[in-house]
Amino acid sequence: MKTGLTLRAFVLVAAMSLAPLSAPVFAQGTPSGKNPTADSVNEQALFKQNSKITGRISIPDGKAATLEQPQGREWRGFHEGWMPWIGAIAILGMVILLAAFYFTKGRIMLEHNEHSGRKILRFNSFERFTHWMTATCFIILALTGLNYIFGKRLLMPLIGPDAFSTISQWSKYAHNFLAWPFIIGLCFMMAVWMADNIPNRIDWEWMRAGGGFFDGKHPHAGRFNAGQKLVFWIVTLGGLLMSISGIMLLFPFAALDINGMQIFQGIHAVIGVLFIAAMLAHIYIGSLGMEGAYDAMGSGEVDLAWARAHHDLWVEEQQAKTASGPQVPRRPVPAE
Amino acid sequence: MARMKFLCDSDRCIDCNACVTACKNEHEVPWGINRRRVVTINDGMPGERSISMACMHCTDAPCAAVCPVDCFYTTADAVVLHSKDLCIGCGYCFYACPFGAPQYPRVGNFGSRGKMDKCTYCAGGPEADLSEAEYVKYGANRLAEGKLPLCAEMCSTKALLAGDSDMIAQIYKERVIKRGYGSGAWGWRTAYRETVAI
Repeated sequence: MKTGLTLRAFVLVAAMSLAPLSAPVFAQGTPSGKNPTADSVNEQALFKQNSKITGRISIPDGKAATLEQPQGREWRGFHEGWMPWIGAIAILGMVILLAAFYFTKGRIMLEHNEHSGRKILRFNSFERFTHWMTATCFIILALTGLNYIFGKRLLMPLIGPDAFSTISQWSKYAHNFLAWPFIIGLCFMMAVWMADNIPNRIDWEWMRAGGGFFDGKHPHAGRFNAGQKLVFWIVTLGGLLMSISGIMLLFPFAALDINGMQIFQGIHAVIGVLFIAAMLAHIYIGSLGMEGAYDAMGSGEVDLAWARAHHDLWVEEQQAKTASGPQVPRRPVPAE
Repeated sequence: MARMKFLCDSDRCIDCNACVTACKNEHEVPWGINRRRVVTINDGMPGERSISMACMHCTDAPCAAVCPVDCFYTTADAVVLHSKDLCIGCGYCFYACPFGAPQYPRVGNFGSRGKMDKCTYCAGGPEADLSEAEYVKYGANRLAEGKLPLCAEMCSTKALLAGDSDMIAQIYKERVIKRGYGSGAWGWRTAYRETVAI
């Protein structure tokens, strides 16, 4: 009995001493009490403060601390809704444009007075190596890149999911690895050609003359005319944007958070398809579109008379540099 | 068929991480891959809440939409699964997933990802149910054995609920009515465009 009382008293004392601590949780309505859910976080309130919900995580994977990022749905909307259209319009639009040009104006042919039989070196072997290394990488990067957007829509129905997956797996490796020689090639191209591609007054004149496309007269041009300079700067700026965004994607989450990754993927994809469209025009004019243009990057040598017609200021410069270099007489010289 | 979902009652979750451990153990998930995780919001502050999060098996799943090789599929129970044979490890599903569910083993060069791994709702993969190949790639297939996901089954406070959408919503609703409060079905609005109406 006595022990029973003592025990009861002890329990009472213990309960009283605990009461202030437990009050906020159990004693709702008391003046000192606190509604346990008054400050509790809830999803909707958190989304009002922030576009995503982030907390603390006890694993080393930092990106796991993001509980919810509804922006994923927006990225999905961009990637599946907008991107195929942007890509299709940019690339097919360029193909249609070039086809229209080819079928209305035809090839730009050499004029008969652009053939002297004598050659001048336009691009040395290092320049050609750099061009073709970058170009090869570019074409593979472009095709494997387009596979990410159009593969499942165009190729997969034809060859089935298993073969398509195998191709895509190798495409991914090719895309990841060939990015590096592409970047190196881009740096080389900037090193060897940037000085000759600084825009100047002559380019303005060349642009005003429409590059001679319409009247057939050749405006003055240095080593590169304004159109070629434009290609150089498209490649340089496009290539740099692709390289920077690509490196961010190659090292996911190294420098960016989830939203950064989404934005950089978007930049990479949009610039990528525009870059491809621009390069289609470059490929066209360098091969099918203009007779003799391919030789400059093929053998590296062009006909001196052609060079004089298209790049007169450059030829003069080269001839001034090397008195012993290839000379072309201004008018036919009788054979002696 | 049922519409399987998870629901984490964050007013009950005590951040014990047993769901995470159970998942890792049940499926022999390798180091660095976390199919389930517990995130604590407002850690150490009044109103702190912990939420156990894994793949929510979304309706019209964004991961499936962005996959460049279409390796995802949805089962009759509305569980979103994928084929590791088709997956190329591009990482798109992680960008699209609102819940950070897809995980990638780091293999090879640079930040290169291996084949994606994520919560399967303990429902295996495209291989034959309960086969060795299925276990090696995707872990246990408890659903085929008539069991629910282990994370929810062993949750000590029954904070994490798994099962048919209507049933777990009903359980949660009753709880909220009885105790008088609830911070909602986390992620439901984003995953299913709906929430539990109380």
